[in-house]
Amino acid sequence: MRKKATTAGVPQAKANLRNRVVNQLERFGMLILIFLLLLVVPLSLDTFRLGLAAKYLCFAFPAVGIVLFWGYGGILSLGQGVFFGMGSYMMAMFLKLESAANPDSSSGTALAAFFGSAGLPDFMVWNSIEQLPWFWEPFHHVWITIPAIIILPPLIAFVLSYMNFRNRVSGVYFTIVTLAFAAIMAIVIIGQQGYTGGINGITDFKTFLGLDLDTSQAKYVMYYITAVLLVLAVFAGRFILKSRLGKVLVAIRDQEDRARFSGYDAAMFKAFIFAVGALFASVGGAMFTIQVGLASPSLVGIVPSIEMVIYAAVGGRLSLIGAVYGAIMVNGAKTFFSENFVEYWTFFIGGMYVFVVMFLPLGLAGILDRIRGAAKHNGRTDE
Amino acid sequence: MQQNTMVEPMNDILTVSDLTVSFDGFKAVDGLTFSVEQDELRVVIGPNGAGKTTLLDMICGKTRPSHGSIRFKGLELSQMVDYQITRAGVGRKFQTPSIYQDLTVFENLEISSPVNRSVLGALFIKHRPEVTEKIESVAGQISLQNELTTKAGILSHGQKQWLEIGLLLMQDPDLMLLDEPVAGMSARERELTAELLKNISGGRSLVVIEHDMAFVKMIAKTVSVLHQGKLLAEGSMSAMQSDERVIEVYLGG
Repeated sequence: MRKKATTAGVPQAKANLRNRVVNQLERFGMLILIFLLLLVVPLSLDTFRLGLAAKYLCFAFPAVGIVLFWGYGGILSLGQGVFFGMGSYMMAMFLKLESAANPDSSSGTALAAFFGSAGLPDFMVWNSIEQLPWFWEPFHHVWITIPAIIILPPLIAFVLSYMNFRNRVSGVYFTIVTLAFAAIMAIVIIGQQGYTGGINGITDFKTFLGLDLDTSQAKYVMYYITAVLLVLAVFAGRFILKSRLGKVLVAIRDQEDRARFSGYDAAMFKAFIFAVGALFASVGGAMFTIQVGLASPSLVGIVPSIEMVIYAAVGGRLSLIGAVYGAIMVNGAKTFFSENFVEYWTFFIGGMYVFVVMFLPLGLAGILDRIRGAAKHNGRTDE
Repeated sequence: MQQNTMVEPMNDILTVSDLTVSFDGFKAVDGLTFSVEQDELRVVIGPNGAGKTTLLDMICGKTRPSHGSIRFKGLELSQMVDYQITRAGVGRKFQTPSIYQDLTVFENLEISSPVNRSVLGALFIKHRPEVTEKIESVAGQISLQNELTTKAGILSHGQKQWLEIGLLLMQDPDLMLLDEPVAGMSARERELTAELLKNISGGRSLVVIEHDMAFVKMIAKTVSVLHQGKLLAEGSMSAMQSDERVIEVYLGG
């Protein structure tokens, strides 16, 4: 117990230097990402490819959230599609009502006028719904829609997960709960065709706040909004992980009992980070719907939810930036394979996941870490 | 049976009375009455399955008692949940060292500091320099002052045990519950640990579960012997070593 601390300074200083190097590399990674997203991609791609890139970026939002609560919080959710879908559908409702309210731009107007239901979304007309359902009403207003996209999914995520975590439902059991939510939401959307557009989803939007979504100007504007929001999400994630809360999360992930007996309300922390993930997913979903022009149950259920986990796993479940690259790469591969091997592309995606899990447990970011670690190790033996 | 308890209840920091818990009908702790005084270092011994760990689990809120009461500084712990009990001043060390493998020794100690343990506090409030000083002083106490930047996962087993004691020291608990703190330690580490426990017992109460009789002799003033969920005997170490019931169920075997 009485060892003197004479040599304490040396390893401390070395570790500080190492931390500074790691921090610089991270900052460098951030800069490259910002450079790519804000300059290279928009300046080098045509509008069609830019649209694809924008779509991939939207999937990066839930992946960044998954890194936070899976990589650092130890909570695996196979239901992020639920929150992505909430953002997506809320935005779709707003866009659909705007389109329906604007008689010049809606192809269904003539039909709607014929049935005496002008101002209703086209699929409601086809499903003989004569009055707008109450839960659609608030989405006439952008100042309700956007706060709802930001507040509702995290709130729902927080309440649902807190109830589970407080009752010590965690680990694989919580994962099953999320899986069930994804299935339920997809089933409800498909089943309530008149209110939700059913299996076809909600599509055929014209404008967003008067901005014609078909113009290339709108595409650039929306791309930039998405890219900036995504960079903000990554920064927010970094802020969380660098704060003491990030350490507490890791502590809870590794030794939940110990953390509770260090005076932390573990359920509250887990629910908080899960809600942050839901927020990111919801924003991604909303941006997806604006740019791709679609809200669909095929983006809500179990399969898309699992795909979102794959983005995070491929990028590296401990790397926020990795999640962005993972989402872009997997979706890029998906586009490539589905264009070239229509029948088999799902096998490629599955194979990619198996490969990553077996050989790259820390994903693409893990490769970088390993190179960095090797460099560090060499540096040490040189001394 | 409980000759020495209830002598001066005013001085007791912890009073357990008629505590019972049953798991599917099996009473792991059965009508146990037990108390610990202010600033006392109490050792609890007993054969496997005597209910020692279960007793600590109930005090710290890990297990909910079936009935009975646990009074600590005027609070009824049996009605509180784990993190509230911790915040009230009870620290618990587990049998297998439970520390945060992926965090450094410094970070381990840092997040065990009892300030800003809410979500928003942890997100926005940075620790003040006092906390760093406290971390350094605790690291010195547990002989880890040279390992502050080491990942806790690569410490030796003994160092992990010390680190977990350090995590408790960060909280400055009034009552520390230690479950087999020297399990898996070398002889030299045991001596250091005995010294550490004596040092930290000043100004707080300790309840230590231990099987290693040589270690118990090093630290114990009063020993409580548990058997089949009940308090079998209580007194000085030498008194216990000559107590026939204790020899029969535990020491002599």
